[in-house]
Amino acid sequence: MSAIAADRESASDRKPARDRKLTRAVASSDRRFAAIAHTMLILWSVIVLVPMLWVLVSSFKSTSEILSSPFALPDHWRVENYANAWTDANIGKYFLNSVIVVVSALFLVMLLGAMCAYILARFEFPGRRLIYYVMLAGLTFPVFLAIVPLFFQLQNFGLLNTRPGLILTYVAFALPFTMFFLYSFFRSLPHDVYEAALIDGAGDWRAFFQVMLPMARPGMAAVAIFNFLGLWNQFLLPVALNTDQDKWVLTQGMAAYASSQVYDIDYGALFAAIVVTVVPVLVVYVIFQRRIAGSVSQGTFR
Amino acid sequence: MKDTTTISDTASSRPVPAARGGRPRRRKLTFDRVTFFLAFLGIPLAIFVTFVLIPFGQAIFWAMTDWRGFSPDYNFIGFDNFTKMFQDDVFLKALRNVALLAVCVPLVTLTLALGVAVAITLGGPSKGPVRGIKGASFYRIISFFPYVVPAIIVGLIWAQMYDPNAGLLKSLLPKLGLDSWLGESASAMPALMFVIVWGLVGFYAVLFIAAIKGVPGELYEAAKIDGAGRFRTTISITLPAIRDSVQTAYIYLGIAALDSFVYVQAMLPNGGPNNGTLTISQRLFNVAFAKQQFGYATAMGVVLAVVTLVFAALVFLVNRLTGGGENDGKKKARGAKARRAGAMGGAR
Repeated sequence: MSAIAADRESASDRKPARDRKLTRAVASSDRRFAAIAHTMLILWSVIVLVPMLWVLVSSFKSTSEILSSPFALPDHWRVENYANAWTDANIGKYFLNSVIVVVSALFLVMLLGAMCAYILARFEFPGRRLIYYVMLAGLTFPVFLAIVPLFFQLQNFGLLNTRPGLILTYVAFALPFTMFFLYSFFRSLPHDVYEAALIDGAGDWRAFFQVMLPMARPGMAAVAIFNFLGLWNQFLLPVALNTDQDKWVLTQGMAAYASSQVYDIDYGALFAAIVVTVVPVLVVYVIFQRRIAGSVSQGTFR
Repeated sequence: MKDTTTISDTASSRPVPAARGGRPRRRKLTFDRVTFFLAFLGIPLAIFVTFVLIPFGQAIFWAMTDWRGFSPDYNFIGFDNFTKMFQDDVFLKALRNVALLAVCVPLVTLTLALGVAVAITLGGPSKGPVRGIKGASFYRIISFFPYVVPAIIVGLIWAQMYDPNAGLLKSLLPKLGLDSWLGESASAMPALMFVIVWGLVGFYAVLFIAAIKGVPGELYEAAKIDGAGRFRTTISITLPAIRDSVQTAYIYLGIAALDSFVYVQAMLPNGGPNNGTLTISQRLFNVAFAKQQFGYATAMGVVLAVVTLVFAALVFLVNRLTGGGENDGKKKARGAKARRAGAMGGAR
């Protein structure tokens, strides 16, 4: 909120100078528009922030405080809610599972997606168009169409309820998006560098890993951020394909913890569990927010 | 580097698979090259075919069987699953709910996202080059927040907000004559829609901000010299220029709304009052993994896929038919803006 206050101050500082330069009509219309725009944006910011702040504050309250006075600050900040959440909800274990699955899947899908996109973007061979359109179809159909057969496909391979099974499924469903994004990126890379690498005696393998892949780094970073968010937030695939409680990922664990809280609800611990789940992602977001905003513009939507 | 310009053009629309920028070419085959091709194309495609393509294919076949899983016996029953489905009141209710979501959620989300994006990018003083509003990055960061929070957590946070015993919104209930936000048919669906919109607006606002920034500044300068006001500039310059982004966003939002699985599982796991918020995805999940009726469930998946494709085709069609690329969402967004601006007397 301090940013707004600072903005207001600087606005009032500059106002007299600006008024002289502008005709009065334009200046007043500007002010009116700016006031309307600020009101709208502040209203929306409040709608976004209030639930989050409420969860944060409530995570330090006792259940009776939450029930009796939802708006008040806690009398005594109960940090023990976090300890309860950590042990009752098994957050530590699920967090670790999420990290293992998402990091492995992310690494694999970035590597395989880059390889596939590179071949499709820079080589001419029969069947190229077919592969491209089949991938496009994979991106268009809803996952729900595949979910039941996928369950039995994994069972046949002995991969149901295993981490490798979940990782491979994540890779398969993130592959088309990764491929399309990097496809346009690899097309934009200059051909001369590749030629030069070949003339210098590099084979196809070295040309890719030592020349082309490093050049594609900005595109890779953008895709990686979106794949990370998408895979970290994935819910349907683990719920359907990963039912062994020891291997649950964080989203699954949180859903189960919330639905287990039916009688005698420990609201404080539930809120604390939510905070623990959200804060790491929010911190990462605030650090990388400039890059994320840039990635959205770089053609998330092909 | 002259390739770059042509490529960024194709990247902004759909990439054309024809060889254009990168000069793909054939070379003679060597051992190195063959292994390179096999590894680079073979491994990703093998994973994709095994875990995406084959399940999609199997789904279409299983949708025409009465298979109940875990036993190898099944009968081919043609379209019986589909006839059964369209006589099933619960499924029809789910279909109606999902259609309602697919109509309302994209409209509201896009209107809000466009409003936020226009306010942020074009809200600055009209003297000099087009500038953003003060505090633009602050607003942008805040409005993107919900997208970063896992959807299941968004659902859980709002389930608590709506909770009739502990929720922050419980004090509003008596004023509206309700007992519970999610427990009454009148409020459950709007409450659900609000949460989905809350979770998605930020992402599309950031997308539109990027699209608006890509509009050449000269266009705005020219409009200003011609005496166009902000409202006029928004509908005559900004919206046509970001038409493709709006269309894509509309399709993606529609697909998200047709699914909605995460949100309903977090807030209304039992389908809501009188199945008032039951979605096809939820019904499919229960029929498959609770009742083991796998043939019937995959048939529902086929219907969901068809509905999704029809939705996407409709958006494309409307976009094509209206020539200038207007689609439903934008026209209504326009109307809403006109009303707002008119009421505030800001438009010239």
